[in-house]
Amino acid sequence: MELLQVENLSIELLPGKYQQAGRLLVKPVSFSIRAGEILALVGESGSGKSLTSLALMRLLPEALAIRSGRVQLAGTDVFDLTEAQMNSVRGRMAAMVFQEPQSSLNPVQTIEQQIGEVLRLHKGLSGAALREKIISLLHEVGINDAEQRLGWYPHQLSGGQKQRVVIAIALACEPQLLIADEPTTALDVTIQKQILELLNELRRKRQLAVLLITHDMGVVAQMADRVAVMRYGEIVEQAAAREFFAAPKHEYSRALIHSLPDRRHFLSAPAQSEPLLQLKDVRVWFAQRKGILQRVVGHTKAVDGISLSIGRGETLALVGESGSGKSTAGRAILSLEPLAGGELYFAGERIDQLSQRQFLPLRKRIQVIFQDPFSSMNPRMNVRDILAEGMIALKVEPDAEKREQRLQALLQRVGLEVAHLDRFPHEFSGGQRQRLAIARAIAVEPELIICDEPTSALDVSIRGQVLQLLQELQQEMGLSYLFITHDLSIIPHLAHRVAVMKDGVIVEQGDTEQIMTAPQHDYTRSLLASVPVSPV
Amino acid sequence: MNELMSVMNELLSIKPVVLWSDVLIYILVASLGLFFYQLSKNPLARQRWRTVFHSRAGVASFIVILFYLLIALLDSLHYRAPLEKTEGSDEVHYSQEVHSVLDVVLTELRNKDEKTYSAPFAIYSFAKENMQTDDGVVYRDFPRLANAGQHLADEADHGKDVFVRSMKALLVAAFISAVIIGLHIAWRQRQQRQQCSRGLTTQQTLPWGTIYLTQSLLVLACCWVLELSKVYHILGTDKVGQDVLYWSIKAIRTGVLIGTLATLLTLPLAIVLGISAGYFKGWVDDVVQYIYTTLSSIPGILLIAASVLLIDVYIETHPEQFNLVAVRADFKFLALCFILGMTSWTGLCRLLRAETLKVSQLDYVQAAHAFGVGHNRIIYRHILPNITHIILIALVLDFSVFVLAEAVLSYIGVGVDPSMASWGNMINEARSELSRDPLVWWSVAAAFVLMFVLVLAANLFSDRVRDAFDPRSA
Repeated sequence: MELLQVENLSIELLPGKYQQAGRLLVKPVSFSIRAGEILALVGESGSGKSLTSLALMRLLPEALAIRSGRVQLAGTDVFDLTEAQMNSVRGRMAAMVFQEPQSSLNPVQTIEQQIGEVLRLHKGLSGAALREKIISLLHEVGINDAEQRLGWYPHQLSGGQKQRVVIAIALACEPQLLIADEPTTALDVTIQKQILELLNELRRKRQLAVLLITHDMGVVAQMADRVAVMRYGEIVEQAAAREFFAAPKHEYSRALIHSLPDRRHFLSAPAQSEPLLQLKDVRVWFAQRKGILQRVVGHTKAVDGISLSIGRGETLALVGESGSGKSTAGRAILSLEPLAGGELYFAGERIDQLSQRQFLPLRKRIQVIFQDPFSSMNPRMNVRDILAEGMIALKVEPDAEKREQRLQALLQRVGLEVAHLDRFPHEFSGGQRQRLAIARAIAVEPELIICDEPTSALDVSIRGQVLQLLQELQQEMGLSYLFITHDLSIIPHLAHRVAVMKDGVIVEQGDTEQIMTAPQHDYTRSLLASVPVSPV
Repeated sequence: MNELMSVMNELLSIKPVVLWSDVLIYILVASLGLFFYQLSKNPLARQRWRTVFHSRAGVASFIVILFYLLIALLDSLHYRAPLEKTEGSDEVHYSQEVHSVLDVVLTELRNKDEKTYSAPFAIYSFAKENMQTDDGVVYRDFPRLANAGQHLADEADHGKDVFVRSMKALLVAAFISAVIIGLHIAWRQRQQRQQCSRGLTTQQTLPWGTIYLTQSLLVLACCWVLELSKVYHILGTDKVGQDVLYWSIKAIRTGVLIGTLATLLTLPLAIVLGISAGYFKGWVDDVVQYIYTTLSSIPGILLIAASVLLIDVYIETHPEQFNLVAVRADFKFLALCFILGMTSWTGLCRLLRAETLKVSQLDYVQAAHAFGVGHNRIIYRHILPNITHIILIALVLDFSVFVLAEAVLSYIGVGVDPSMASWGNMINEARSELSRDPLVWWSVAAAFVLMFVLVLAANLFSDRVRDAFDPRSA
């Protein structure tokens, strides 16, 4: 028996102020989910997968409308219901879990109030019965000491716990369908694994039908019974998970599967030479200040004594979960954060005691690429100014005519066109922007580039291209990379050596092959175990 | 010919007076001109401003603002007329009264005082008076006005006369507008032909229809006012019989100046302190925060009242510096602008500090740091352009607030000098007028309408500017 049946659903952007005709964002799609089954809807950003899920719940934003199609949920046609009837469907029949647990919870209400609200509304529970139900729900989603935590506020919980609470709210009225929209994207890999296990367990126990929306093929491989691949608003392939991974039919599906980590091929470390960058027992502490005089009362030890070195032409991956201090370490190398202790050497010279002015020559040699391509470029400057800024500030090419030629060559090198020089950042896609960021960094001919999660904001297919570009540049220019990432899956392709960071210290470092195949430290092992892998 | 000579003589014999606020308004107009000149050289900014002027509301409100500015400019060209020479003296003495070019244009309005209140378009006074008939009987009735409707042979023709004169004004206005628009269309067509012959594609054009319409309406309003004010008090007269329309037009200069000057005075402080606090953080931030927290916890009115009293004392003790009433009023007015500016920069400063904190954490600022770009350049290139939309919005909101604040301050008696025309003073007088029966509504209505049009145009214009400059809408 199909619980959810979607037939020829299409969604259009209504004609508005800026365009005459409506535009179809989701072309007619059909799929169905049985009770107790997980259907993974896979696609990259903008493919229309989230819109589809919102349309099922009739929660589309105002500018969008459903153009055609039928959605049947347990035998009732969702589009025939009145808005009041629909409200009882939402929550009781079908519930949603969103990506960001932080913004799904109300920060000024306790957990008890937030879960209780749904129960009181849909089930009419109150008093002791209500409390009992809340506690049993919290137990079910794996929150320990549920009784004590009832009065807690969201900020007192960790990210994973928050997502558990969100799931508890979704499950409160015993829905038959759970729509999970990228439920683990905002979480660290170890937490992601726990949440996925929880979802899997719940659907088995409750015979839930789950529509799992994700861009991460690893998650799909681990969870899904069936897979639907979406691209440009169309479902290009739909198959049982086993068949899908064994023999993907569509070209795009193959590309997606190909993006999964390959654990068999590793880069061999280049011949060791003198290290380009060396960190010895580097510490970065942030002062905690209190009182009217802002006295220092303690320190937050973001980086607490790390030592590592990077050779010329080598890539070192610095791996860790959020809050492990890996980005702070990168900022410290750039002299954007003062050191609390330790020594920094670049090409044999000590650099941690230089003033900003003395550091200036080094700015040319150490560059940085940031995570978010949307905030890393000034929206009010055109590409020419953005790229030329560093060249002018560091006096790399003072001659305007030659600089223009350099800029054109740079753009072509990173796979963009000369005509793009006069455009503004908002006219580019995420991948193109990241190429621009790379062009900006290599414009001053650095020797070391600190890549702070440069691919985590990109879609999988584009991620591969950007990594490819970085590797080509490394070979051409002999660049060294400090690659800061939380994503273990890209490391085998990219890094010669790996350092694993946790709570401000490096717990393990070594050659990529050794770390990935024979990790020594417990934390590394649990990290590796949490990475979803392809079944093939 | 003789007439022309006498006019020339008169022009040569006047003594120009330049008040400090005049200088400021000249600078304002000049910088506006400079701004448009710069715009013609910067294709990028021109593109942005073009979107502002391509919207109907944007261009219409801009023309209205320009019109106000033009009146303020005309009213800022001051002079003193020479007095008639006394016999046996060659020395020329000048009148103690300072007039402006606008006064010349509005001579008809200026020199037609009545005894007291009269309603708009009325030909009879608003208050009864004792009068005598020819045979000596004293009776009490509404007297005819001295300067309104005296030309009417028959009082029953009153309505008809107003209509005929309105039609006449309409015809004149239509003619003037037609000439202006016709010339402009001809010029545009020539431009277009030249562009075509040079093979240039025609760019999308401004909403000329709206521009012509706004311009025609303004011309019509001018013609109508000038035509009808010859023989009537269009907006009635006030308590001492002065023409309300004249005073509310004179008040435009005060309103425009107080709005722009006070705003422009707040800007440097708010921008410099706000950005430094948000960008440098640390002790700079602490100092700035302490300053504005302290300042904003003192009631603004108290500060303003205290400062105005100080200035009054200064004027009293230094009479030699203020030989003219106009100079004294002007000094007091500038001081008021200054005080208003000084007491109200804290709000914008707070906003700018918060926004700078946010922007300076963004990756592109970090990237600039990593390139070794200096602080000044980072602030100028990366921070300032990305908080401009806040400054622009604050600028126009403050403008309206200051125009309105002037009214409030005049009400409690610490506003501009009573000798200076201002909407605030007019509204202040309405306190007693509105409690009369029958109501004297025209004075406050005139101030309200003129103020409303200015503030509305400013708000509409700011909306378009914000739409064009907000990075999120781009």
